[in-house]
Amino acid sequence: MRLIDHRLLFVTGKGGVGKTTVSAALARCAAAEGKRVLVCEVDAKGSLATAFESGPVGFEPVEIEPGLHLMAMDTEASLREYLKLHLRIPLKGRIGPLANVFDFVATAAPGVKEILTVGKLAYEVRERHFDLVVVDAVASGHVVGQLSAPRAIGDLVKVGLIRTQADWMTDILADPAITAAVLVCTAEEMPVTETLELRDAISARTDVRVAAIVVNRVLPELFNRTEQALFDRFARPGAWQRTLVERHGPEALAVVEVAELATSLRRNSTAHLDRLRAEAGELPLLYLPFLFARGHGARAVHLLADALADELG
Amino acid sequence: MLRPRLDQLVAASDVLLVCGAGGVGKTTIAASVAAAAAAELDAKVLVLTVDPARRLATAMGLERFGNIETRVPDDAFRAAGVEPRGQLWAAMLDTKASWDDLVRRHAPDAAARDAILANPLYRNITATFTQSHDYIAMERLHELHASGRYDLIVVDTPPSRNAIDFLDAPARMAEFFSSRLLRWLIAPARSKLVNLASKPFYVVADRLLGASFLTDIAEFFLLFQSMYRGFVERAKAVERTLRDPRTSFVVVTTLEPVPAREATYFCEELAKRSLTLGALVFNRTLPAVLDDRSAKKLADRYRRHAATAAGELAEALDTATRARSGRSGFDPVAGAHVLGEIGQCFNDYGMLAARESELAVRLGRLAPRSVFVPHLDHDIGELADVLDVGRGLWGDEGLD
Repeated sequence: MRLIDHRLLFVTGKGGVGKTTVSAALARCAAAEGKRVLVCEVDAKGSLATAFESGPVGFEPVEIEPGLHLMAMDTEASLREYLKLHLRIPLKGRIGPLANVFDFVATAAPGVKEILTVGKLAYEVRERHFDLVVVDAVASGHVVGQLSAPRAIGDLVKVGLIRTQADWMTDILADPAITAAVLVCTAEEMPVTETLELRDAISARTDVRVAAIVVNRVLPELFNRTEQALFDRFARPGAWQRTLVERHGPEALAVVEVAELATSLRRNSTAHLDRLRAEAGELPLLYLPFLFARGHGARAVHLLADALADELG
Repeated sequence: MLRPRLDQLVAASDVLLVCGAGGVGKTTIAASVAAAAAAELDAKVLVLTVDPARRLATAMGLERFGNIETRVPDDAFRAAGVEPRGQLWAAMLDTKASWDDLVRRHAPDAAARDAILANPLYRNITATFTQSHDYIAMERLHELHASGRYDLIVVDTPPSRNAIDFLDAPARMAEFFSSRLLRWLIAPARSKLVNLASKPFYVVADRLLGASFLTDIAEFFLLFQSMYRGFVERAKAVERTLRDPRTSFVVVTTLEPVPAREATYFCEELAKRSLTLGALVFNRTLPAVLDDRSAKKLADRYRRHAATAAGELAEALDTATRARSGRSGFDPVAGAHVLGEIGQCFNDYGMLAARESELAVRLGRLAPRSVFVPHLDHDIGELADVLDVGRGLWGDEGLD
């Protein structure tokens, strides 16, 4: 089953690995196939809107390209929508004091904000408003709490409306044909370590299946083995290096120095990738290139969506 | 031009809070500042970290970081060719253990203490809540600072969902305990006289959560309120530590758009709160040589006319090779490919470096000093690497 044929994808990973851009690229990739897609930012920093260069978005989904909808999670708005739908509580004008109390309970009581987030997303899936919901989820430290919220609430609350709600959410999250987690990673020590730990934590403590690891910002290999040997003779002091400087000037050393940095960065990343591959087991790895020309914004999303389409086949 | 450096800032500070977006190398920078300070100053330095890479722990000569402060052996410095003038200690933040300590300290009696420690909500909150990490990190910092055991404490701040949350954590915690809402919440446990049905909140909450859960919450709050006084005073003391003029913030970022945006936001939030921003650290920056005009020109020629450039070298290189027996000659086809690649590479990284410089200029306006830390060409493996980074931060003449 291809990643974008799921109905609900949680994209997570260590901070700084490019979760938002990958979420955006996945959404764009699915929308390009004609799917109706919702992509949702959970932490309300506005990074997703920045990635799409769409201007700020709120709780109400906005169609920014044909078939591609964008929203930002707002747990208070989610609570309001929920109360309206399920309790028919007349909230106009009264959400003020209730919101204060809510903010309080939500801060202290476990899983309230989490369940309102997951609940809204699962609701969109259940109601079939979209073919695919892509969630730019919270970073690895917090995502397990988010994904396990329905289960945790189910354990704490034995009866009541919330319990019933937690049960159907769990049904959606636990169905591997509907829901999957995508772990974004870069080929560095901590991201690889955290990705592997996160995979284990998600399997152990949530009902969600991890479907793939996306390795972002993969650096290009500059040389094959023969070329590397040849390059090394320019890079080390000796007759070749002297000749290079004689013919092309001392600036040739600067050019070589930068290429040295590039090859060593690539070499380090290869070691981390090897570890990831060895320990990922059956889990498929998808590779996205480092973009030199554009690190960020709509153009980067576009380029990565193309690369992702190739990877997904 | 005098290169900006951190040594004066470090010398003038008791506490340095190192913060920044996830993935920018905050932990490494915190360790490097602390290691450089221990090497250079006759001071007892502690680095308090949240979740260090195993390799970093090993690099500092420690089996692992624990909640208990551990001294980094002087031999680890000597192995790196440095005779430390001071001492370096390291400790990790264990949220759960620190919370339990706090409860033990503030609980009015043994019964309340045990009831809190056993409460399922308490356990859940301390284990999973971001805010609880934020608060406890600042609380631990205050405790260590007040103990007077260290001259300098460098804190690697927790990876908050929002980089500034930990700043507000003490105030929020104090507010939480003194709030009327808390009293309202514990009403059902305290008194049966209150007619809950009259309160809209309880009407809603009861239908949502079921009565037993509500009672659990109320009990939890009631227990916690017994620690009210201790907690509020403590939270205020923690805040005083953050506001102390000898406490400075060091904001770490890479020169990439997303982390830079967070760094900007962070600097602005510090200013809003009148907290002291000591320095910006630009981590993993590209070498300045990428801005060299003649190198750019040569790289461009390699990129466009690789075969010609390789041809110019071929004869001389063959002569140079022939002088030493047993080595293969210059293959002009592979050679042209190598030159083409390194030209392209210089061009690619040059573009990144140009973007970096622009970001550095924009961000630099926000802080009294900005320090550049170059991209390491290898991962942190030993204390020498940590000290290498520290050397860049400290200023050129340090760490001999």
